[in-house]
Amino acid sequence: MAIDIGQFVQTFFEESFEGLDIMEAGLLALSPGATVDLEQINTIFRAAHSIKGGSGTFGFREVAEFTHVMETLLDRMREGRMPVTRDAVNTLLESVDCLREMLVAAREKSPVDANRVEEVRERLSELLDAKEAPPGDTGGKPASAAKSPSAQVAGWRIRFRPYPQLMHSGNDPVRMFRELADLGELTARADLGRLPRLAELQPEDCYLAWELELRGAVSRDAVAEAFAWVEGDCELEIEPLAGDAPAPAATAVKAPETAAVPPPADPKPGGPREEGQQGELMLERRKGEDRRRGDRRASVAAADSGSSIRVGIDKVDAVINLVGELVTTQSMLSALGEDFDMSRLDKLHEALDQLDRNTRDLQEHVMRIRMLPVSSVFSRFPRMVHDIGGKLGKQIELRINGEQTELDKTVIEKIGDPLVHLIRNSLDHGLEPPDERIRAGKPETGVITLDAYHKSGSIFIEVGDDGRGLNREALLRKGLDNGLLRAGEEYSDEQIYDLIFHPGLSTAKQISDVSGRGVGMDVVRRNIQDVGGSIQIASRPGKGTRITISLPLTLAILDGQLVSIGQDCYIIPLLSIIESVQIRAGEVNRIPGRGEILRFRGQPLPILRLYEMFGAEGAVTDLEKGLLVVVEADGRQVGLFVDDLQGQQQVSIKSLEKNFRRVAGVAGATILGDGRVGLILDISGLIRTNNAAI
Amino acid sequence: MAKILVVDDSASMRQMVEFTLKEAGHDVTVAEDGQVALNVAKGKASDLVITDVNMPNMDGITLIRELRALPAYKFTPILTLTTESATEKKMEGKDAGATGWIVKPFNPEKLLATVNKVLG
Repeated sequence: MAIDIGQFVQTFFEESFEGLDIMEAGLLALSPGATVDLEQINTIFRAAHSIKGGSGTFGFREVAEFTHVMETLLDRMREGRMPVTRDAVNTLLESVDCLREMLVAAREKSPVDANRVEEVRERLSELLDAKEAPPGDTGGKPASAAKSPSAQVAGWRIRFRPYPQLMHSGNDPVRMFRELADLGELTARADLGRLPRLAELQPEDCYLAWELELRGAVSRDAVAEAFAWVEGDCELEIEPLAGDAPAPAATAVKAPETAAVPPPADPKPGGPREEGQQGELMLERRKGEDRRRGDRRASVAAADSGSSIRVGIDKVDAVINLVGELVTTQSMLSALGEDFDMSRLDKLHEALDQLDRNTRDLQEHVMRIRMLPVSSVFSRFPRMVHDIGGKLGKQIELRINGEQTELDKTVIEKIGDPLVHLIRNSLDHGLEPPDERIRAGKPETGVITLDAYHKSGSIFIEVGDDGRGLNREALLRKGLDNGLLRAGEEYSDEQIYDLIFHPGLSTAKQISDVSGRGVGMDVVRRNIQDVGGSIQIASRPGKGTRITISLPLTLAILDGQLVSIGQDCYIIPLLSIIESVQIRAGEVNRIPGRGEILRFRGQPLPILRLYEMFGAEGAVTDLEKGLLVVVEADGRQVGLFVDDLQGQQQVSIKSLEKNFRRVAGVAGATILGDGRVGLILDISGLIRTNNAAI
Repeated sequence: MAKILVVDDSASMRQMVEFTLKEAGHDVTVAEDGQVALNVAKGKASDLVITDVNMPNMDGITLIRELRALPAYKFTPILTLTTESATEKKMEGKDAGATGWIVKPFNPEKLLATVNKVLG
């Protein structure tokens, strides 16, 4: 029977990568030198063991061999035969990385960096050799004792005398005999000598013994294999059949050996049979390769769309429930529609209300399927903090809270890099070296906190440290030097701290290889803004710094304010709107080089005539006849001039870039209730283009 | 057709064994650790149990001991899935009452050959 095991390989990869994460987290939680948490090591061991077993089965021999070395090391730690040292933990962590690369390479069918693998493997072996020389079980397998001259034997005589409890392990002599009978011509003679009288007979015990003769060109190992499982449960003698056996002398030499049970540790009994099976296996594999080649295009396509998420069954059930309700509503409506008259108008309204509710619930629950816990991003940080802390010679504790907070998958994917950057900054610049901390009267170990929580429709992620805080003076000086600030003016802390998001501004005394030269914080802010979020910074000298990122729950739906400009309808994200005002004559000044400015609550507010930007025809051009929507992004306000406000509604965002091309000032498009397309405005983009124009 | 209980914490291994045995026409129940398997076993008899050794919650060795204590499983063949390096694990399984073992890595053919060896 041909079974393609390729279909399980995907599962194997998924669980292996999960296993690697478990190993990594487990290794990081091990504290070298302290009492070993046995369960911890067990968990790591089990993960390694599963990867090894799976990779062997699914044909990734190199992975299996590599994992075997790791497993051996872990096994010794588990049994207390080897201390848990920092060095060992670090080497194991590196092995985890290495293994991850090997698995990725295996999945992508790309070459692996063999030198690196070899190097890490050698380090592992060194650890093994160093810590335990004597009972080296590495090469110590009892040499598969003297291969018997299987060539010309006529057959075997087998004396098999089971101990009474043989069948208690589920073994059955009949099955073993059947296996032997498959190998050659078998005759069996039972010895009833030990059979007690019926009254004394224990029905569950085995009293019989057998003398078997197996005729045919069968190897000794094949015979022994039939009895491999009952080695400890019987007396067994296997000797060549006399008679037409080739050389009696040889038989005599062999005799003492045959008295004993075959060597217990021979890993693979049954040479020839085994070979036959491996031959089949190779054939099987070749067939598999052919098939794979044919499927290559399909598999590339699959890899493209291959990103998948795991969804809790409760979420899926909730959606199915709602679809059920929707179907009920639908049938209610179609029943109403069959012979409708005005007397049933109330019923129609009721049904439509219900449809509205169903749709909204369904939308909310379907969105929830895309939500992932932030732990999927946070999980990489313990390792990073461990590694970088070690490199910088700082002692650091990472405290993570709220890792179960859920966020849209797309947002999750986009915030990884910014968070890495922020944490690196805290590690490198924020936290002081131990001696400096002691001088400042702080505990030697620095603390970095990573919090995620949900507040009023947004998700907040905070990166905090208890380090030295931002250097206000240095920032102020830099700001003045670069002309970003004006001398003599008063600036709030916020305004000054905000400077670190400015491109090319770094106050780090020296450039380290951990975090770069101040490029980056501007990129961090831009990345966060790209997913519709914002970033704030708070800092106290000597106490630490806290950076707060706020993110929208989802990217696919937004609460919008519909506005009309000429014949067209545009959508302004509701969250960015401050208020809408009517302009009275004389409030607007034209300032050369800065466009039209409205004096608004004591502040100058630039006016953006949207109809000009978008070339809309038939729009209101008289400022007093339209409306000004005041919006804010990146801490700056601008007034958008529109004809009129229409309703507010949730709109689903369709990518304009994917269907057309990127348009400055437009975040996307949506299809409105009446079937028209409405463009969704990108407020921070609009403000940027407006500034550039001026 | 035999009723076979397959116990392994690794999903890929479980799927592979399950699929292979089902293709061969067997009635397969799977469990992801010893505890789950034991609960299954208490509810119904099987003709064969195939279990991994290293598992969370309840390992294979404990499972074998617990199964042998159940009347319905007193003589049921129980095979452990072991890696060849773990010679003492094989013996540990035997001591707990396992019938035999299947050495990992194995391919479907080898699995079926071994299974046929113990099915009546």
